[in-house]
Amino acid sequence: MNALLTVRNLRISYRGERGPLRVVDGVDLDLGAGDFLGVVGESGSGKTQLLLALLGLNDGAHVEGSIRYRGEELVAAPERTLRHLRGAKIGMIFQDPMTALNPYLSIGTQLTEGIRRHQGATRAAARARALEMLDAVHITEPRRRMRQHPHELSGGMRQRIVIAMTMICEPDIILADEPTTALDVTVQAQILTLLHELRARTRVAVILVSHDLGVIAEVADRVAVMYAGRIVEQADAPTLFAAARHPYTEGLRRSIVPLEGELPRRLPTIGGLPPNLAALPPGCAFSPRCGYAGERCSREPPALELVSAPDVAPVQQHRKACHYEGPLGRLAP
Amino acid sequence: MSPARSATPWARAWQRLRRRPPALIGLGTLILIGLLAVIVPMLSPYDFATPDWDALLQAPTGTHWFGTDALGRDLLVRLMWGCRISLLVGLAASLISVLIGVLWGATAGYIGGKTDSLLMRTVDVLYSVPFIPLVIVLTVLFGRSFLLVFVAIGAVSWLDIARIVRGQTLSLKNREFIEAARALGLGDATMIRRHLLPNLLGIVIIYATLTVPAVIIFEAFLSFLGLGVHAPLASLGTLVADGAHHLKSHPYLLTIPAVFLTLIIVSFGLLGDGLRDALDPHEAR
Repeated sequence: MNALLTVRNLRISYRGERGPLRVVDGVDLDLGAGDFLGVVGESGSGKTQLLLALLGLNDGAHVEGSIRYRGEELVAAPERTLRHLRGAKIGMIFQDPMTALNPYLSIGTQLTEGIRRHQGATRAAARARALEMLDAVHITEPRRRMRQHPHELSGGMRQRIVIAMTMICEPDIILADEPTTALDVTVQAQILTLLHELRARTRVAVILVSHDLGVIAEVADRVAVMYAGRIVEQADAPTLFAAARHPYTEGLRRSIVPLEGELPRRLPTIGGLPPNLAALPPGCAFSPRCGYAGERCSREPPALELVSAPDVAPVQQHRKACHYEGPLGRLAP
Repeated sequence: MSPARSATPWARAWQRLRRRPPALIGLGTLILIGLLAVIVPMLSPYDFATPDWDALLQAPTGTHWFGTDALGRDLLVRLMWGCRISLLVGLAASLISVLIGVLWGATAGYIGGKTDSLLMRTVDVLYSVPFIPLVIVLTVLFGRSFLLVFVAIGAVSWLDIARIVRGQTLSLKNREFIEAARALGLGDATMIRRHLLPNLLGIVIIYATLTVPAVIIFEAFLSFLGLGVHAPLASLGTLVADGAHHLKSHPYLLTIPAVFLTLIIVSFGLLGDGLRDALDPHEAR
């Protein structure tokens, strides 16, 4: 695998009232060209912080560990270096297309901003490229759209524009932070299809962050499940859905509403509250909410260990961070 | 939403402003007074400085429409000169204070941290300086001068704008499009110029329309105290002050300048109020 991005033991902490607040705690990731990685977790699990760290955008955070882009270390890299990567090599799509565009600038101006800066394109060349990009994200009447302002477009269209903005410099990696959360379901599907299509065409690697396992399931090849700043399970998408080995993943999967068959009388949820990062238990962070937790779980944090046979390719490896080795599913609702 | 042409937020703001009669009346009055202030002294046979000893303290007549003052000078011409000076001081001092205030506040808010603290504490310190006594002392030391009035007014009025702009910048900084622009790899200068300033402009324009009348009143106040513009030049403040001496015998000397001063202040108020509604991008059409 041609490593595009290698993250090792990434730890991000903020200064809290009582000592440092660790929002990401020892995350490892590998991303190759054309990979589509889904990161799933609930609010506060550290998934957005992880993305921001890849661009050096989390202000005020203390970042440790290593992030290498094509071998170049990004942790503690000078702002100048990061600025050349941002937008040019690593693009980011934000959650809410309603606020991710500047209300006072025309679509054309915002689309061409990045390419003019990073590639020094002339106005005409940038414009031609922008029209091409609008076409690629299936925006109708691109010429007219270029003159319009964000308020004249629908949410789905704006998210397409944001994606076009991100793709225009032909980056190697796209970071998508809940790109569909603010959109309604039909538009959601269109945007996901678009990301998939762009990945297939340009071999751009995508990291898609979402709290919605259903969204991740639709598009990602590999999935990392985050809980309290750690990756608790990692596998290729089919495996994760067919044979989750972490109780938290199982809980997430069970709480997806089935589209076919009879609806359960009560939608299953994961009991308890998301963890308080300032007061994590000494052992596994999920243990207080876990139906399988044993005595060891509250004492000793589990490491992310290989579940699958050791000889499979790294992309297909299935890893989990859980002491419980028995079968899941016995806690059916 | 008009399908044919694509309206910029500015064009839409103008459309909304056009539908607000009070704001239009304010704008119209200001333009009218401004035009009169420029044209009348050019057409009038009288000038603002030359006394006419044969026409002292005349009530309004066909030859002197607004009457004459204690030195026989035509009040209409002096009044229009007063409007010129007052509007000029108001606009110029406001412009200067807006420029300083926006730069100061945007820098503090955008950079944050120690720079922010340093810049904003400076504002706090300047805020605490009692300016009227200071201006009086300065006038005593350096004599009356037009420039001094500018400096004194400019020094006070940018402080508010700096604070407002800083607050606005802080809230803008957390908006996603600013973060998105950072994620595009834009430099600080581009960020401020392209993404921050246009979004600040609305509130700055509104605040400027409030600053102009405040400055005019402040200038009038300084002039009333005798600290403003040099005689024989007149501002609305000095005219009111002069008129106050003849309040019992010749009330028009006070009332006419006072009416004009009020008209200008109220017009700016109406305009500012309308602009505030019109420039709010969230306002429905």
